[in-house]
Amino acid sequence: MIPAAFDYVRAESADHAIALLAEHGDEAKLLAGGHSLLPLMKLRLASPTVLVDVGRLDDLRFIRDAGDHIAIGALTRHRDLETSELLSSAAPLLHHAAGHVGDPQVRHRGTIGGSLAHADPASDLPAVVLALGGTLVVQGPGGQREIPIGEFYTGFLEADLQPDELLTEIRIPKLDTLGWSFQKFNRRAQDWAIVGVAAVRAEGHHGVGLVNMGSTPLHAGGVVEALHAGATAAQAAERANEGTEPQTDNNATVEYREHLARVLVRRALEESGLS
Amino acid sequence: MKITMTVNGVERTDEVEPRTLLAHHLREALGLTGTNIGCDTSSCGACTIHVDGQSVKSCTMLAVQADGCAVTTIEGLADGDTLHPMQRCFQQNHGLQCGYCTPGMVMAAVSLLDENPNPTEREVRLGLEGNLCRCTGYHNIVQSVLACAAETSGAAS
Ligand SMILES: Cc1cc2nc3c(=O)[nH]c(=O)nc-3n(C[C@H](O)[C@H](O)[C@H](O)COP(=O)(O)OP(=O)(O)OC[C@H]3O[C@@H](n4cnc5c(N)ncnc54)[C@H](O)[C@@H]3O)c2cc1C
Ligand code: FES
Ligand code: FES
Repeated sequence: MIPAAFDYVRAESADHAIALLAEHGDEAKLLAGGHSLLPLMKLRLASPTVLVDVGRLDDLRFIRDAGDHIAIGALTRHRDLETSELLSSAAPLLHHAAGHVGDPQVRHRGTIGGSLAHADPASDLPAVVLALGGTLVVQGPGGQREIPIGEFYTGFLEADLQPDELLTEIRIPKLDTLGWSFQKFNRRAQDWAIVGVAAVRAEGHHGVGLVNMGSTPLHAGGVVEALHAGATAAQAAERANEGTEPQTDNNATVEYREHLARVLVRRALEESGLS
Repeated sequence: MKITMTVNGVERTDEVEPRTLLAHHLREALGLTGTNIGCDTSSCGACTIHVDGQSVKSCTMLAVQADGCAVTTIEGLADGDTLHPMQRCFQQNHGLQCGYCTPGMVMAAVSLLDENPNPTEREVRLGLEGNLCRCTGYHNIVQSVLACAAETSGAAS
């Protein structure tokens, strides 16, 4: 399988990438790790005419302590996340989940920015960043803006990103973490989650993200509301399907996904220390 | 587009179409057919090679993305007639049957030990989750990697 022909330009800086996007308009696509985009292009489900490669922008590849949050460059690879000591202490849920994305070869190439921007409801990291209450920093020709992840996803494979905007940084608030859990249910090693749940419990914060329970990555609002009102793990998990719209596919029916969401949310809450 | 990469220690400059996949470039332009294409959908790992020392699936990377990089394929692992320890351990532990997955398995296994020189059996199984074998049942593949780890980490310490 070979992608349709396209022109390839390597961006030398974030500003250069944005200028290239502005110049080529809708026809252009950013290429980061390529591990979501290239499979789509090989199947000809995507055929951009220009690829702007940001994969070499090493100044957008960092994980640093920025006081009240951890700042992560959009071009940081899954492998960098899973081996970061800073993340393992400051955001253990993200550190752990990054090590469960795909397989080692995928993690050597794929980036957190690509994972979040691609807006795939089956992806692990969007649910994790939703649970952690992260903020995305996006740069365009007119400057920079910040978007709370809860407002970022607008539809299937769609996010609040203009064609000439680049996601540059992900900010993860530093929480006083009391417990966390990542539940990825799949039948074979390496597979995507049939349903996944990312949960974090911290001083003044409950966050629960759902994988593959609708057309976008989702925050389990009902569960979190119940937890703030003092519900037990089992009671809160009963609200796992509020606001979800799972699909039937080869792996699971709607009913089975709803069942999994309840069970996995309960397990995640229990593992994060709630009874 | 003109690209230059160091392939198995030799600098190669070639003209490629941007849409050329690295796996195709290696096999068809450079004649390095040890890199197999199994699924062509990023799943099986038969096409695994190293780019700047890390395992990647070469069916899911463009040749132009490897411009300026050091690429190692299965052909570049042995030192002349002396097999790489991982190749020898696969041979000695019967870590292959038909051999189709083997180049990718060996490349993934070498990268795994680079990152974790002394893995447990479970870590080896997880580390090879991106590589599928339709013949061996994995047992002997895992034994091969553990044997290599025992040999090489022993030699290093
Ligand atoms: C075999 C296989 C298994 C996988 N398994 C999993 C899994 O279990 N869980 C999981 O979560 N993921 C999985 N993935 C996906 C993987 O995590 C991808 O790396 C990730 O989804 C996309 O990141 P990327 O850097 O490769 O992005 P790319 O493929 O390069 O880009 C994806 C999209 O995002 C856009 N984009 C990229 N970077 C930016 C940016 N900085 N700003 C704005 N837009 C941008 C691109 O234009 C493109 O539309 C798997 C992939 C493969 C091939
Ligand atoms: S051919 Fe590349 S992963 Fe199967
Ligand atoms: S030895 Fe035949 S596929 Fe692995």
